[in-house]
Amino acid sequence: MDAITSVPGSAPQGPFAGVDLDGLERSLRRPRTLMGVLLSGLVSAMTLLALVPLFSVLFMLAWRGGKKLSLSLFTQLPPAPLEAGGGFGNAIVGTLFMVGIATVISVPVGILSATHLAQAGRESRLAAAVRFAGKVLTGFPSILAGVFAYGAVVLVTGTFSPVAGGVALSILMLPTVMLTAEDAIRAVPARMKEAAIGMGATPTQTTWMVLLPTALPGILTGVMLAVARAAGETAPLIFTALFSNYWILSHGRLNLMQPTASLAVLIYNFAGMPFENQVELAWAAALVLVLLVLAANLAGQGLSRRQITS
Amino acid sequence: MSHETPIARPPSRGQLLADAAFRRLSQLSAALVLAVVAFIVLRIAFAAAPAVREHGLDFLTGRVWDPNKGRYAILPEIWGTLYTSALALVLGTAFGGAVAIFLSEGFLAQATYRVLRASGLALRPGWSKLPDLLEVTLKNLVSLLAAIPSVVYGLWGLFVVIPLVRPACNWLHLKMGWLPLFGTDLSGPGVLPAVIVLAIMILPTITAISTDALLAVPSKLRMAAYGLGATRWETVLGVIVPTASRGIFGGVVLAFGRALGETMALAMLVGNANQISVSLFSPANTLAALLANAFPEAGPRQVGVLMYAALVLLGITLAVNVIGSILLQRASAAVEGAR
Repeated sequence: MDAITSVPGSAPQGPFAGVDLDGLERSLRRPRTLMGVLLSGLVSAMTLLALVPLFSVLFMLAWRGGKKLSLSLFTQLPPAPLEAGGGFGNAIVGTLFMVGIATVISVPVGILSATHLAQAGRESRLAAAVRFAGKVLTGFPSILAGVFAYGAVVLVTGTFSPVAGGVALSILMLPTVMLTAEDAIRAVPARMKEAAIGMGATPTQTTWMVLLPTALPGILTGVMLAVARAAGETAPLIFTALFSNYWILSHGRLNLMQPTASLAVLIYNFAGMPFENQVELAWAAALVLVLLVLAANLAGQGLSRRQITS
Repeated sequence: MSHETPIARPPSRGQLLADAAFRRLSQLSAALVLAVVAFIVLRIAFAAAPAVREHGLDFLTGRVWDPNKGRYAILPEIWGTLYTSALALVLGTAFGGAVAIFLSEGFLAQATYRVLRASGLALRPGWSKLPDLLEVTLKNLVSLLAAIPSVVYGLWGLFVVIPLVRPACNWLHLKMGWLPLFGTDLSGPGVLPAVIVLAIMILPTITAISTDALLAVPSKLRMAAYGLGATRWETVLGVIVPTASRGIFGGVVLAFGRALGETMALAMLVGNANQISVSLFSPANTLAALLANAFPEAGPRQVGVLMYAALVLLGITLAVNVIGSILLQRASAAVEGAR
C-alpha cells in the first residue's frame, strides 16, 4: 500500500510496479479533463442563463405591476381610452366565474373517470384508450378548445358568453384532473382496499369510503394545478367569452348570455394599446393573474405533501 | 339484537344495485372523455367541411388572404408555424438539455457541498441539508417557468425582449444583410422575439421529461463506464445521454407539439404579417395567431375558412402529440428492459 501514498514522482513498488501514477493525477493539460471542465462550465452557464427570463419576468411584474397596484383596481371598471384611473374588478370576477364553471364541469367527470381507470384491469381496452386520449388532450393546443367551444356553444346560442368560456376551459382542465386523480387513487396502499373488500364492502363502498378519502389530497392537487392552468389561459377565451367593460352582474341580475371580461384577455387587449394608462393596467393585471396562478399552484403542491402512499 | 350485527357482513341487495349503478356510471364517464375528444375533432371537421369543399387543397398552397375578394389561403401561416416552432425547438432543446444534465448530474448539490466542505460546515446540522435544498429550489424555479401564463410572457416579450434585441438585430442586418437570415430589419414584432419567448415556454417541458429520462438510466451503466476509466463527461455523453435518448426525443417531440399550438405569445410578438420569409427579423404569422386575431370579428363565411385553418392545426398537432406519446411509452419500456 506504500505505493499509493508514495510521493508523486517516485517509482511505485510491489503490486503497482510499472503503473504510471503521475498519469492518474487529474491534470487540466490533458484534453479529456479540460473538455470535462469546459463542458461543466458551459452547462452551468446555460442553466443560469435559462433562469434569467424567469427573474426578469418576476422583476418586471413587481416593478411595473406593483407601481400601479391599489385597492381601486379591484373595485373599478376598465377605463375608456385617454381616461385616467380605472381598474379591472369585472375581469377578476369574470376569470373566477369562468374557472368556476370549468371546475364544476371537469372535476366530477374527471374524478369519476379516474375511479374507473384506477379500478379497470390491465387488459381493459377502454381504460387504455381513455388514458391515451387524456394524454393527447394534455398537449391539445388551447386555442382549439376555444375553436371547439365557438362551434359548439357560441354558434348554437348565438352569443359570446361566460358559459362558452367555461366549456373551453373545462376541456383543458379535464386531462389534468383525471390523470392526477388516477395516480392518487392508485397510490392508496393495496392493503387498505383489501381490508375494505374483506369486510364485505362493495367496490363502490370501497371507492367512496376508503379510496377517495385517502386519495383526496392527491386529487385536490390535480384540481388546483388544473385551476392554475385554466386561470392563466387566454387563447380559449378571446372568441368565446370575448371581453366586456361592464360587470357580469347588473342590477342584481346575473346575465349568463353576454360577453364577459377576464384578466387574461384584458392583458392581451390592453398590452397592444397605445395608451400609457392601459399598458400600466395590463402590467398590474398580469401581476394579479400571476399571483392567483402561483397561489393555486402552491396550494396544490402543499396538498400533495399530505398524500398517503404505500 | 342489533349489537350482534357483525362489522363484516355481505352487502345487501340495495348495496349491490348501487354498486352496479355506480360502476356503470364511472365507466360511462370514462367513455365520455373519449366521446369528448371525438366530438371536438368532428365538430371542427364538420364546421370546416363547406370551406374544404369550396377551397380544396389550394387553401394549403396559396398565399393570398383577402376577405374582401373572398380569397383565402394559409401557406404563409403554415410556414410561419413550422419555422418559429423549429427555431424555438433548437434553442429550447439546447438550453433544456443543458439544464436537464445539470439537474440530473447534481452539479449544484456537489458544488455547494464542496464549498461547505472547504469552509468546514459540511457536517453541521443546519448546513448539511443545504445542497439538497438548493437542488430542489432549482427544480422548482424551472417548473415555475411553466406556471407563468403565456399572455404574461407575451406582455414581457413586447416590453422587454423586443427593445432588448432590436439594436443587435438591426446591427446584424446592417453588417450582414446579405445573409437571408438577416435580410430585413426588426421594426418591432418579428420572428426572433417570438422564437426567444417560445423557447422559454417550451424549456420546462423539455427539461422535465429529459431529467426524468436521464435519471431513469440504471446506475450500473454509469458504474460500468466509470470502471472502464471514463471521465464524468465521457460517461454522460457516451453512455447516459444515448441510453436516455429515446425519452429525451419523446420530450422534444411533445415540446414541438406545444410550440406549434402556442397562441398568445405568438399573436402578440410575431407581427401578423401574411408573408413567407426566412429572415429572423421580419414579421410573420402562425396558424394559432391567425385564429386568435381573425375569429373575434369573423363573419359567417370567414368562420368556415377559419375552421378549415383550425382543422389543419389540429391535424398537425394531433399527429405530433400522438407520435411523442408513443415514443415516450416505448422509451420507458426500453429502459425497463435495461434494468
